Amino acid sequence: MSRRVRIFLFLPLAAAFLILLLAAMEGIPAIGHYRGPYGDVLNAITVKERHTTGVVSAVNFDYRGFDTLGEESILFVSVIGATLLLRQRPDEIKDTNESEQDEGARKVPEPSDAVRLLSLALAAPAVLFGIYVVTHGQLTPGGGFQGGVVLATVPLLVYVAGDLEIFKKVAPAMLGELAESAGVGGYILIGVAGLIWGKSFLENVVPLGPADPKVYSGGTIPLISLATGMAVAGGFVLLLISFLEETLELRLKTKRRGK
Amino acid sequence: MIATHWPYGIAAWLFIVGLYGIVTSRNYVHLIMCIAVLQSSTYVLLVTIGYRSGATSPIYANISPDTPAVDPIVQALMLTDIVVEAVVMALLLALAMQIHQRAGSLDPDKIRFLRW
Amino acid sequence: MDLRLVTLPVIVPLFAAVLLAALRAICNSRAADGIALIAAGSSTVFSGIILSASRHQTIVYWLGNWQPRNGIAIGICFAVDPIGAGLATLCGGLTVAALIFSCKYFDRAGTLFHVLMLVFLAAMSGFCLTGDAFNMFVFFELMSASAFALCAYKTEEREALQGAANFAVTNTIGAFLVLDGIALIYARTGALNLAQIGRTLGASRDALTLIAFALITSGFLIKGAVVPFHLWLSDAHAVAPTPVCVLFSGVMVELGLYAVVRFYWTVFSRALPDSTPALQWLFILFGTATAVVGGVMCFAQHHLKRLLAFSTISHMGILLMGIGMMTPQAMSGVWTYLAGHSLVKAALFMGAGILVHQFRTVDEVALKGRCHSWAAGLIFAGGGLALAGLPPFATFFGTAMLEDAAKRSGYGWAPAVIMLAGILTGGAVLRSGMRIFLGIGRGRPLPSSESHDDSEKRGPVSPVMTIPALALLAIALCIGVPRSFRDGILRYAATLQDSGAYASRVLEGTPTPVQTSTSADIEVATIIRSCSSALIAAALGWFALAGRFRGFRRSLAASPVQAMVNGLRSLHSGVVGDYVVWIVAGVVAVGVALMVQL
Repeated sequence: MSRRVRIFLFLPLAAAFLILLLAAMEGIPAIGHYRGPYGDVLNAITVKERHTTGVVSAVNFDYRGFDTLGEESILFVSVIGATLLLRQRPDEIKDTNESEQDEGARKVPEPSDAVRLLSLALAAPAVLFGIYVVTHGQLTPGGGFQGGVVLATVPLLVYVAGDLEIFKKVAPAMLGELAESAGVGGYILIGVAGLIWGKSFLENVVPLGPADPKVYSGGTIPLISLATGMAVAGGFVLLLISFLEETLELRLKTKRRGK
Repeated sequence: MIATHWPYGIAAWLFIVGLYGIVTSRNYVHLIMCIAVLQSSTYVLLVTIGYRSGATSPIYANISPDTPAVDPIVQALMLTDIVVEAVVMALLLALAMQIHQRAGSLDPDKIRFLRW
Repeated sequence: MDLRLVTLPVIVPLFAAVLLAALRAICNSRAADGIALIAAGSSTVFSGIILSASRHQTIVYWLGNWQPRNGIAIGICFAVDPIGAGLATLCGGLTVAALIFSCKYFDRAGTLFHVLMLVFLAAMSGFCLTGDAFNMFVFFELMSASAFALCAYKTEEREALQGAANFAVTNTIGAFLVLDGIALIYARTGALNLAQIGRTLGASRDALTLIAFALITSGFLIKGAVVPFHLWLSDAHAVAPTPVCVLFSGVMVELGLYAVVRFYWTVFSRALPDSTPALQWLFILFGTATAVVGGVMCFAQHHLKRLLAFSTISHMGILLMGIGMMTPQAMSGVWTYLAGHSLVKAALFMGAGILVHQFRTVDEVALKGRCHSWAAGLIFAGGGLALAGLPPFATFFGTAMLEDAAKRSGYGWAPAVIMLAGILTGGAVLRSGMRIFLGIGRGRPLPSSESHDDSEKRGPVSPVMTIPALALLAIALCIGVPRSFRDGILRYAATLQDSGAYASRVLEGTPTPVQTSTSADIEVATIIRSCSSALIAAALGWFALAGRFRGFRRSLAASPVQAMVNGLRSLHSGVVGDYVVWIVAGVVAVGVALMVQL
């Protein structure tokens, strides 16, 4: 099919699809009139039963913790897939058409002093903020995902300030891999701990802490949040490294040509 | 009907717009971004479903336990959805980079590696 | 059985994968083979234990021990009936076979291959066992993500990249369709547990329910490769490494159809009784189209893996026709056929893999008369005859049960379509077998350019590669023969379809009622018909090769038949935008067909 034929076929289909979707959505209760009951039950019982105030985190890391384990595995497997796809094989380099790649490469200018200063100044607060978000998941709208992504921006800031070489020193691929594996593996082990204690998979096995929620209350929730934070931070760092290494190749070539 | 349901309509519209982008795309990176648009349709739908007028967020830090709050489930589902698709997107972009290396082009219409 | 075993088919391979990834710097490939085999093997054994325990009672296991309160599920549950557990066992078994096969297949497989395979297995097992709609979506995505990476595993091959890209884009759209459907249902019922949704939805047949059903079904039918959602499959299967194809064709595609069945009977069957005729009509129509298109395209291929891919599409059509009949008798035929097809197709892909391994090509014409391995020849002969439905392969019993059910529910013409699909796909495999192993027909020299590539080991056929394939064929040969197997499947199919009992079992723990039905006898006429269909398939294969029919084939090539085949072929363009248009067309077709009945 040519593009023209394709669009010609698609437009009426899309119109029909839109009408179908709108017809279905008319059946949803009016906006602002959510009826429940799932969320309401959890809103009512979470603080009392789990000693946490953040219900969303309690859902993610406990009531529906198995979803999050699956989701961590998706992160794990996608990162592995991306590194697999981006790794350069020795026999591959001669394959690529070098002159064509040089043409396509944009010149990457050296970062200015202002950029360097600002990104380095932001790096330390970002570490602190990331750790804060990861560890306060059960109390605030934070948690492992959000904090993990904040933490993964730190090496990116360093990269913006300097070079991939420094970036690799701050966040070696090995560390990223280790953090990711330890995060997902730790998640599974917390779940298995339940089995070993004769309970259910992912059932709480540690004390719940004070009834008035504190940083250390919530039983397994902060632990799982921590494991998730590690996996997310490690996974994103690995992705950044894989993608940036490809960019580095281009940058080195540009430099060489400049000399 | 429009006054009470329009946010759902945004979700439907985003879905169609994303599909349109995928169908007409001339560049794999653009195509992957259109998948991201498609995906935002699911975010909008999930979050608007759980909204309740006048209710707070489901964080019971400084409020009494019986304060009405919005639905925490859909927010948790959305959070899962975001992470899932962020990394799947990374996988797709890695594929696009490899395709560009081999073909020197990113136009899905021009890449004819498959032969039979 | 200790209930704590229920999560292990998922957890064990997942943990082994993480372990392998962490240790990959110090782990050589033999050790990786060992760890992966042990993990996949134990996952299979656990699934088998769960299967045998679930025969008497649907097993319900609440993760984190969050039992439902007043009929409201607050956590995620595994709800395991024999069909789900059986599929999980099948996934495990085929993964073990594929891993054994890949020991000799890859020269430098690297640990990452094993990691991806194990996560893939964990995802498929979780998908079969779970009883929660959103959890099903999560495992669907996990399955897809690992499958995309596995499909593009041979990054040095350009086709692999495009095949994986088409696969990834179409299946990701499928996942969003499913998620939007789940969100719509959640807006109506405030539930994510399949049993609870089904109960809360009650008999509310309106636009929301129908469209949600259309979205979810279409999303899963993309995975299930049903026309017009099927276009990604032949691309992905043609380029993925052979051990991966074993799992793709063997179980992953079938799981798409399983999900449709699971969703329909646990969630929608009570809400949509008045739409049942429309739905039956729709499924049988789509199934027929899939069976015929897949069969014709299959016979028109010379690329062995693409040929097998289209035969998978054709058989998915047969399964969907069976699902459309909706009676427990038909569904028992579906499950039996599914088991037989999985085993046979896995064996056939291994056969193709053996040829790739030896000759670096899967072009049937270039391979003419080259292979002299009797074991590989046996795989092609047995596989081709099994696809055509020769007794006593499980595919034969499946076909017989489907034919019986079709006659009872008034689709007297359906057996003819099933037979045609069997003849075309079986004939195509037998044709390539005759050409490759007996040297009949036209040939062509081996392409020389491909002989320098050595990412996969080259060498003699190793028993490590033939034994798993022959073992799978042997299982397919025997599994359907005992009467108790067929009676069992009929009972389990009925259990799966009893949505009321499922809901009370999951939400209140009421014991599942025991189904007592016995399968119909296999008539002599059916045996004769199936034998003749296998004979016709062989004759068709011979007709396509033998020199004396050359003139007749030429006149056929000039006829409109060939033009139609070419037209069909040009629809499989490899351009992802086209595929998405067809997907939207399919979704709209399903949606409109259901809405018209409203």
